[in-house]
Amino acid sequence: MTDFYVLIEFLLLGLLASGISALMALSFVLVYKGTHVVNFAAGEVMMLGAYLYYTAAVVLKLPPAAALLLALAGIALASAAIEALVLRPLAGQPTIAILMATIGMASLLHGGVEIIWGQDPLETPALLPRFPVNWGEVMIPGAAIGNFVLASLLIAALVVFFRFSRAGIAMRATASDPVTAATLGIDIRASQRMTWVLAGVTGTVAGALIVSSGSVSPALASSALGVFAVVILGGLDSVAGAILASLVVGVLESLTVGYIGGKMRDVFPYLVVLAMLIVRPYGLLGTREIERL
Amino acid sequence: MNAPAAALGLSVRDIAVSFGGIHALRGVTMTAPAGKITAVIGPNGAGKTSLFNTISGFYRPDAGRVILGGTDITSTPVHARAGMGLARTFQNVALFRGLSVLENIKLGGHHLMRAHPLAAMFGAASSRREELALRAEVEDRVIDFLELDNVRHKPVEALSYGLQKRVELARGLAMRPSVLLLDEPVAGMNREETEDMARFILDVQEEWGVTVVLVEHDMGMVMDISHHVAVLNFGELIAQGTPAQVGRDPEVVKAYLGGEAQAVAA
Repeated sequence: MTDFYVLIEFLLLGLLASGISALMALSFVLVYKGTHVVNFAAGEVMMLGAYLYYTAAVVLKLPPAAALLLALAGIALASAAIEALVLRPLAGQPTIAILMATIGMASLLHGGVEIIWGQDPLETPALLPRFPVNWGEVMIPGAAIGNFVLASLLIAALVVFFRFSRAGIAMRATASDPVTAATLGIDIRASQRMTWVLAGVTGTVAGALIVSSGSVSPALASSALGVFAVVILGGLDSVAGAILASLVVGVLESLTVGYIGGKMRDVFPYLVVLAMLIVRPYGLLGTREIERL
Repeated sequence: MNAPAAALGLSVRDIAVSFGGIHALRGVTMTAPAGKITAVIGPNGAGKTSLFNTISGFYRPDAGRVILGGTDITSTPVHARAGMGLARTFQNVALFRGLSVLENIKLGGHHLMRAHPLAAMFGAASSRREELALRAEVEDRVIDFLELDNVRHKPVEALSYGLQKRVELARGLAMRPSVLLLDEPVAGMNREETEDMARFILDVQEEWGVTVVLVEHDMGMVMDISHHVAVLNFGELIAQGTPAQVGRDPEVVKAYLGGEAQAVAA
């Protein structure tokens, strides 16, 4: 196998992996953009969604696609409840209070999941068919391609929704200026609730794809930590930035594994992110005047 | 197809608003007659903006009622008031940056689209047709009327301040309101822009039959275009009537020029 094929293979693997990380990043960015809340519980919501998928598929014995739909419905309800019970009462409070509330919520979700499902990894059925794809000497796992395609479709649907639909436009108006949006007849509470629901759904698709054809454990939530680096790199409030940064970090991680070694996987890309942030502190595509946290 | 809603009168009765120990409004009662232009004037801190925010629904008054065309809307949420025919503009231009003039104006018609949210989400044909009908109406009437034709696809932040204020007025009109609240529509404008805006406000009232209520500091403009003037001072209504009546009122002269000036005037 020549060096060229190795390069292509790792580039492709990185590119394909970036689909899921873009979904995770979007789940975070949607909430920040829509409600100006820095949601440190994004990883835990994703984990809860993945456990719901596991439960629907293994305990209720639903076929994978139906299990995913049921998990999405469950997480939509849970997200609406979080918005109503945790965020709504804190509206107008200082940023730090809301941020602490999301950290508290993360602990609650983590603890709750461990009480219900335990700490051990649970085997999860595959969502997409598994087949390796060979192009000459380049071999790519089929699940990686399937994940990327599914993630891309969902991201495209989100973009169309925000660009053209009535509810999406209302959500953008609410994000940009809630007071004016309300005077135009937009129900800003409904818009903000919808924002949390969409973020939860997006995270859950990412979570289900990650655990699919593997196992789910509470450690899934901490994989969202890496996504904070992606989000910061892309710009906290930029959907395009989240997608672009996911590609950059995904490819960097893959190349690191290929050329430097697996142990450097969690280190090297973040050194690059750190270096970039020194030049552009507001991220690749973020708004310049983002507040300090 | 979509004639403007019939003008409704707007009145407030015994409105009291306070913030901590500060009384912003004390028992204010006033009426804006249907289809006329009513101005609310008063020195800085008189409570004009508090009154507007109470009418819009941002402040819940401690006491009193807000009545729109016979319906008590005192406890109606802000967004629901839009559907009842109440529109407003803001003192600081409150347009959505990054969107074009047309997109901003179309947001004014947002509350008129009655399609089911789920149907709209999936781009159902009925909501699509509704969207197109709305757009056509918005283009034909509001944009032509306010002479915004050649800037309709420009991003709003590229426009001059005077034009941005006009886009905000257009967005208010796109809501097809019965009552239009204008918060300092000519603040910061030069003479020419002020005259343009005054003409547009008169046209809105005459041709669209909308009840206009405005807060404004430009006395010349207020006296020229208003049918009815209400004067606030320290949170209380001290006079209301025609511009001529209010201009002669000794209380009003005192509030604006101070006690000594009144002595000089007398």
